[in-house]
Amino acid sequence: MSNKPNAAVDAKGKTVGGSVAGYVDDRLASANFTKRLLNKVFPDHWSFMLGEVALYSFIVLLLSGVYLTLWFKPSMVEVIYNGSYVPLKGVKMSEAFASTLDISFDVRGGLLMRQIHHWAALFFIAAMSVHVGRIFFTGAFRKPREINWVIGTLLLVLGVLEGFAGYSLPDDLLSGTGLRIAQGIVQALPFVGTYLAMFLFGGEFPGTDFIPRLYSIHILLIPGILLGLITVHLIMVFYQKHTQFPGEGRTESNVVGYRLFPIYVAKAGGFFFIVFGVITLIAALVTINGIWLYGPYTPSQVTAGSQPDWYIGFLDGAVRIMPNWETTLLGYTISWNLIVPALVIPGIMFTALGLYPWIESWVTGDKKEHHLLDRPRNAPVRTGLGVMAISFYLMLWISGGNDIIATAFNLSINQITWFLRIALFVVPLIAFKVTKRICLGLQRRDHEKLLHGYETGQILRLPHGEFIEFHKPISDKEKAVILSKKDYSPLALEALSDANGVRNPKAGKAKLRARMSNWYYGENIARPSAAELEAAAHHAEHELHEAQKHMQQITH
Amino acid sequence: MSHEHNSVEPYGAKDGVDVVSGVPVFPMGEHQLRKADLDPKAAKRAEIQVASMFGISALSILGSIISYIKVPNESLISVPVIGTVNANHVSVGTLFGLGIFLIGAGAIHWAKKLMPDEEVVQERHPLTSEKSERDEVAEIFKRGKAESGISEYKIIRRTLLGALSLFPLPLLVFLRDLGPMPGTRLRETIWEEGIHIVTDATYRKIKAADIQIGGLINAVPENLLEVEHEDENLNERGKASIILVRLDPADIVSQQGEGWDYEGIVAYSKICTHVGCPISLYQQRTHHLLCPCHQSTFDLSDSGNVVFGPAARRMPQLPITVDSEGYLVAKSGFQEPVGPSFWERG
Repeated sequence: MSNKPNAAVDAKGKTVGGSVAGYVDDRLASANFTKRLLNKVFPDHWSFMLGEVALYSFIVLLLSGVYLTLWFKPSMVEVIYNGSYVPLKGVKMSEAFASTLDISFDVRGGLLMRQIHHWAALFFIAAMSVHVGRIFFTGAFRKPREINWVIGTLLLVLGVLEGFAGYSLPDDLLSGTGLRIAQGIVQALPFVGTYLAMFLFGGEFPGTDFIPRLYSIHILLIPGILLGLITVHLIMVFYQKHTQFPGEGRTESNVVGYRLFPIYVAKAGGFFFIVFGVITLIAALVTINGIWLYGPYTPSQVTAGSQPDWYIGFLDGAVRIMPNWETTLLGYTISWNLIVPALVIPGIMFTALGLYPWIESWVTGDKKEHHLLDRPRNAPVRTGLGVMAISFYLMLWISGGNDIIATAFNLSINQITWFLRIALFVVPLIAFKVTKRICLGLQRRDHEKLLHGYETGQILRLPHGEFIEFHKPISDKEKAVILSKKDYSPLALEALSDANGVRNPKAGKAKLRARMSNWYYGENIARPSAAELEAAAHHAEHELHEAQKHMQQITH
Repeated sequence: MSHEHNSVEPYGAKDGVDVVSGVPVFPMGEHQLRKADLDPKAAKRAEIQVASMFGISALSILGSIISYIKVPNESLISVPVIGTVNANHVSVGTLFGLGIFLIGAGAIHWAKKLMPDEEVVQERHPLTSEKSERDEVAEIFKRGKAESGISEYKIIRRTLLGALSLFPLPLLVFLRDLGPMPGTRLRETIWEEGIHIVTDATYRKIKAADIQIGGLINAVPENLLEVEHEDENLNERGKASIILVRLDPADIVSQQGEGWDYEGIVAYSKICTHVGCPISLYQQRTHHLLCPCHQSTFDLSDSGNVVFGPAARRMPQLPITVDSEGYLVAKSGFQEPVGPSFWERG
């Protein structure tokens, strides 16, 4: 902040930046938009950075991916390896695998780029997953953001597919086994499976067509769709303005935070470098997907303890613990043991996820706009459902490592599998109940704090021997947060028949909805009324006054 | 929907939702000044901290370029915890990563310590348009629809719909040459009567005496080498791979065919009937074969039947015998399709 003349200011007092802006505005009338852009206010909270991590990881993926395409050869032509990795010298392998070895050992910075790419992919999907959780548990998906929620769900599904496609490309023994499993599942699909498998792989597995095909899907098709969806996702966040947590000064009709320029240019721009830097440091120091250890793929070999990347684990787990049901009907084979875990279960999971905003608003009847976030405890059923879904996912994910658990803890794989088959249904139900109870408990505690203040830990012994503890009213800051809870009541049951006794044609649906709504809201702890709050404040004042009186008596 | 900025009761009972009371609004709390706002020394310190981060970043990035050029790619160094690593990779990567990280750390430190940190309030604009505007859009649309005459020109409408629904079809049809029709290829392998059973890696013929009781050999048909060489693909390997296991004949409970073993040596497909992983884990004592992918377990002493796991079907058995010189050969091809299930399998 000096008063020295700026070097970028010319004789007429114009800055270079100003001239450029003027030049652009003369052609695009961009001043108005730029003004609103620079002044745009975003709220601050650590959890709002989860989506940022996903976005920045995606940018890192694009950058590092372009590097890899310069050296990677998506070809299944057989070559004899003659690079600098000695243990595989003279071994027959596909060009895809050989060029991945070259990137890892003979291109300087190649291993770094490969590992940046792989780590960034893990970050991308992990950040998206946690981001979904944040949006879900705070109710940020509610009107008007349902469309963006669906786009987010699509991004998650596509991200998982893209990751799987990516790590399948090097044609190593581990990823080849993953592809074999995927092909086996496709082949088992009813009606079209055999044809689909033949067309995808250009014949039987493994063939020589699949890696080049997967390559164009991985570097063009899916990233193109991802980029388009991410752009729309961000435009919508920008246009609808970010949600905010409740607190002092925050209402449904404002945003409290910092301006884009200069605060978020520095903070969010800086955060991009933090994410990029952390990924690069991990990539420099921690080996990931060391394909040279697995060797080239051949369909007659496999390594024990094969594990996919973490985000495929839940699917693999579902396939592992599914009972071996298969039906032959009129000469056709229905492989329930694959259709259910690989198609039906993920289908239900992601459909339910995508449709959740509409399911909830149907149950609650809530069709209003929401910009203030819910605290998870204030929506106990939603929070319970979320934890239930997460524990279902986790049970599948753990199932994906049943062999690792068996060897690590010296347990029977059969018993673990049976345990998980049962746990998959029991644990989520328990998780729901427990979470809901915890939420309601926290609501009661909030209620308590509002009416009686917090315990100071200061205990006073009165002359007649009585002990009293001081309670102090909580701060306005805390009150603003606690009182953000909205009091909802369940939907009333509509009349099932009219005055003339004619049955409402929608009676069944109305009954179900009322019951669901009651389940959703029925147990919520009501917020104290204004009168109760006032009485509580009065009581606190009185208590303090009394205590002071006693104190005076003691000191005199 | 109303968007008045009413500070006490922004929303009332509406749209069938009974909101008992609105959310009271507390005014913004008092802004707390930071150390750097009050003490010029603290501000100066922050300035130096930010500038050092940017400065060290620049040096790190230069250092990573120098490492790229100077550190030989083949030199290995030993790093505690991490182990032996490529020195070029680690030095280039850590310096580059540190350089990037410090740009971010510096920028955020700058924003947090030196840029204003007082929160500001911005009003939201309504996300619903005025009723009049919505009506106008509907009106314009109605007028345009009437002007186009799409409702009256029935033939135009129907032919257009027909053309539009046909137009994507060629795009699908053109995918036809992606691959061959399934035909019977999933039911066939290159095993035939009299084909020698050879070891997987070295293609050596096998005599019965080469396998001890409890022993296991990974094997392939002798003609696989030619086929693989010709087609440059691994498709046949993915179907024809087998395992030979020698059991005590007294332990054999059942087989898929009478006399398909040779002196207790049985041959089973190596390709799991679940999703096609090559099975490799054999337990001598129980004669169980375990797939490492999804833990399907098969009993080789009992027709290769499923004992546990997600696989629905037994492992197909290959009938074997010996030729005049005593080498193991296939008595015939597989009698049922090998590998994972498929719709038409039956």
